[in-house]
Amino acid sequence: MRTTRRTFLRASLAAAAVAQLPISLHAEQGQPVRRPIPSSREEIPIVGLGTWITFNVGNDPVLRDECAGVMAAFFEAGGRMIDSSPMYGSSQPVVGYGLQKLGRPSALFSAEKVWTSSAASGPAQIEQSRRFWGVPKFDLLQVHNLLTWKAHLQTLFQMKAAGTVRYVGITTSEGRRHDLLEQIMRNEPIDFVQFSYNVVDREAEARLLPLAKERGIAVIVNRPFRQGALTQRLKNKPQPEWAAELGASSWAQLMLKFILSHPAVTVAIPATTRADHVRENLLAAAGPLPDTAMRERISAHVKAL
Amino acid sequence: MSEWWTYRAENFLLFSPRVYWRMFELHNAALWPLHLLTLASGLIILLLVAWRPGLWTRWIALILAMLWIFVGWSFLWNRYSTINWAATYIAPAFFVEGVLLLVASLGDALAFDRRQPADGIGYLILGFALLGQPLLAPLQGRGWASSEVFGIAPDPTAMATLGVLLLARGRLLPWLLPVPVLWCLLSGMTLQTMGEPQAWAPYAALALAAAAWVWTIIRQRGSPPAA
Repeated sequence: MRTTRRTFLRASLAAAAVAQLPISLHAEQGQPVRRPIPSSREEIPIVGLGTWITFNVGNDPVLRDECAGVMAAFFEAGGRMIDSSPMYGSSQPVVGYGLQKLGRPSALFSAEKVWTSSAASGPAQIEQSRRFWGVPKFDLLQVHNLLTWKAHLQTLFQMKAAGTVRYVGITTSEGRRHDLLEQIMRNEPIDFVQFSYNVVDREAEARLLPLAKERGIAVIVNRPFRQGALTQRLKNKPQPEWAAELGASSWAQLMLKFILSHPAVTVAIPATTRADHVRENLLAAAGPLPDTAMRERISAHVKAL
Repeated sequence: MSEWWTYRAENFLLFSPRVYWRMFELHNAALWPLHLLTLASGLIILLLVAWRPGLWTRWIALILAMLWIFVGWSFLWNRYSTINWAATYIAPAFFVEGVLLLVASLGDALAFDRRQPADGIGYLILGFALLGQPLLAPLQGRGWASSEVFGIAPDPTAMATLGVLLLARGRLLPWLLPVPVLWCLLSGMTLQTMGEPQAWAPYAALALAAAAWVWTIIRQRGSPPAA
């Protein structure tokens, strides 16, 4: 593409905007871009790996090996955070299978959830999850979908104090119960919060993302492609010419760039069954990220398609 | 679950269509050639119903009872539950249906001795479950390996049972109908949520069964009382 004064100016503005972000923008050789977890300043790659639906393959040996292949590509590309839940069917044992097959990569940042309406069953479920993963302890434990959140949060805080988990968080998805989530973010000493945010679902921009920034809470973004619906919808649509200014080679990268350009976002966790998509996702933050004007343009363009 | 009204059917779909159909491939491969036996038993049921010999009718319920328990254990409990935790709660319903059919068999509680106006629909559903349902996989490009066969997979087993119950009469019918009806509804919703065209099969079986029962009731009310 020919560099015009207009494109040069836009790229410069984008670069200037991104310079304000708390990230290691220029990835080290072979390493993806990272952002700090506010409560510890530990840096983490800004693209993780979700397991909702994609890793629920049961005992199918072929598909289990495919998942292990996705995990191998993820770690090779410098990825760290893998997120799962007891709600996701066989995803937990499949993650455990992959970790075992890959020789338990030391880079792993394990993010799990507790999901049971019984407060008393929480510790047993967490222990079962840990066995499925085959890890000594989890890096992050989250209360899934705010279920029995008060009791489970107390359990997780106690675990953190005892050193059996490093970070505590809470999750929701698809814009549910943002009022309650906001209340918890204001009143509880959580390290992470997880919710849905993408190029068309932008409710989190109003209160949750600014609040996370203000309170120093790391943000995990789930459903970055609306569970694949957005990438499916855009599959046969040509990317706009201006996407090249951001170095986005696919719709997935462009949509991830939109998410990651928000300064309050710490990690996005797209789920996929393909190793090439994992590499593509991890490369999304390389190169310039969109500035405010470009973010609006991306969102408007995708909504219009 | 909080704010349950905000959830859509997609929120409860934990697996992809690819995983779902590969599950049938693995299940079929693990049980082959048992399919020949279950299919033969289905054809025997069809012949017994058509022949209507009073002495052998309890075998119909007995065969169905064994197959419901087998499908509940082998498919729902051992296989489907690995990708859908809800299957562990559904499997006992298959066991209950099996026990009810066993009771019907022991008590000789089902009879096939009367021609009824909606018999044709019963035979249609039973015939489709035995011979039509296994063809859906190859017809949709998935190959024979993932075919759903009566007595091995839940859909044809439930549909065939619906067909049999349409052809039957007896005091246990109201107890025997709910589980096959609910399974057809659940399976149809699952397939529909996955975007699978064959969701029409369990839905059509239900619609036909409902039409048949309504027709039978109307005809019975309209017929003159026995002298």
